[in-house]
Amino acid sequence: MNDKVFTHYQHAHCESGVTANLLRHEGVSISEPMAFGIGAGLFFGHLPMLKVNGAPGTTYRIWPGAIFKRVCERLDIKIHAQRFRDQGEAMLALDNVLATGKPVGILGSVFYLPYLPEAFRFHFNAHNLVAYGKENGEYLISDPIMETATRIAPEDLVKCRFAKGVPEPRGFMYYVTGVPDKPDFAKAIQQGIKQMCFFMFPPLPWFGNSAIFLLANRIQAYPQKLTPRKAALYLGNVIRMQEEIGTGGGGFRYLFAAFLQEAGQLLQRDDLLHYSEELTIIGDEWRNFAYSAARIMKVRTSDVVSYDELSELLRRCGAHERDLFRKMQQIKW
Amino acid sequence: MKVNEVPQDKRDFKEGDKLKKLVYAVQEDGRYTGVNSAGWEAENFAMKQAWDDINEKLADTEKKVREGALSPLAYFMQKNLMDIALLARYAGKWQWQVKRHFKPDVFKQLDREIVGKYAGIFNITVEELITFGSKQ
Repeated sequence: MNDKVFTHYQHAHCESGVTANLLRHEGVSISEPMAFGIGAGLFFGHLPMLKVNGAPGTTYRIWPGAIFKRVCERLDIKIHAQRFRDQGEAMLALDNVLATGKPVGILGSVFYLPYLPEAFRFHFNAHNLVAYGKENGEYLISDPIMETATRIAPEDLVKCRFAKGVPEPRGFMYYVTGVPDKPDFAKAIQQGIKQMCFFMFPPLPWFGNSAIFLLANRIQAYPQKLTPRKAALYLGNVIRMQEEIGTGGGGFRYLFAAFLQEAGQLLQRDDLLHYSEELTIIGDEWRNFAYSAARIMKVRTSDVVSYDELSELLRRCGAHERDLFRKMQQIKW
Repeated sequence: MKVNEVPQDKRDFKEGDKLKKLVYAVQEDGRYTGVNSAGWEAENFAMKQAWDDINEKLADTEKKVREGALSPLAYFMQKNLMDIALLARYAGKWQWQVKRHFKPDVFKQLDREIVGKYAGIFNITVEELITFGSKQ
């Protein structure tokens, strides 16, 4: 039995936010950037053949679920995670854990969360939130992207947890069952940075650093291949993914830079502080790219020059990231 | 991005101003901190554009439903931001079955049970579903 009151903190990103909030409740002092970094959350991917809401899929972070799992592995935190076939069973299991006073992480669709502004409610099935109690038949919810804690009716939560599509959460829920006395942050930070760099250079064109150049080539060809309307929608989707809830337009680059800074201070390493500054500048470049893309979208031009310039901006982001992450691969620990 | 560069461009559509997201920015002393942002022009525009596109297509479908070229199912599918694959998944049907139900004549003859299922997916009553777009 745990009588500790759950405290909601607002965070930039849902998964790293939930990870930080759940672990803090268990007495592990961890910030959101730290969770994001240890979980090697930074990534890039562009999949022209996979259409998400009608536009080619683009991502700036690692696939859903990876951050929480990696953080817990690296800090030696014991968790219980479970999927369900039956809706009633899933809700009962949630109630049972909540009754012991333990907050529970939940995976679901943002489309069925009435507390979110309608503008954000698309069929996105990999949103994370925390349920931390039940009161008057409603669930007490801590959604990390919200400023304050909120509530949800059981019928909405069921829909959210059993949303269909890609991926299907199937009632996925997770909670912490045990924490070590002194988690080894130094080792975890090292593993997070190493893994992030490793994932940035896979031998496939759709993932990691090379995918930035793939996207640049695609964008350059938009005026020839697409109608101005379609090109604007495709560009819009790239921007929306880049700003996927609270990255400040930097496509999670600022979040990882904040992690490098915190890690540098904790481990007293100037090189990490320096890399943090470099990544902040790269984040600013990403933001500039998005600004320019928005300008092109507004006029719906098929002017080849502006698309050339835009893809050039993107290649510069890619080149600077390649240099930085290659350097970070050589870090001596 | 410095703290004073954090965009505060109001998101003034679809209750967008209800949420102030947290973003990370650099303070004067070079340290990162969390700052609330009302919105960002570039993202607002991209988001608005996506919604405008949805609404245009929806208006087009509504017209077709009223003209009797499509069943109300097509309208509510789009209103709920679904495509045929997703709706079929929710309804437990094959995609070709859902497509067939877009034909007004087929839709009219559907079992009450299936129509009820569709209405449930869209969170509306069977009446709302079947009477949509019909001439009074």
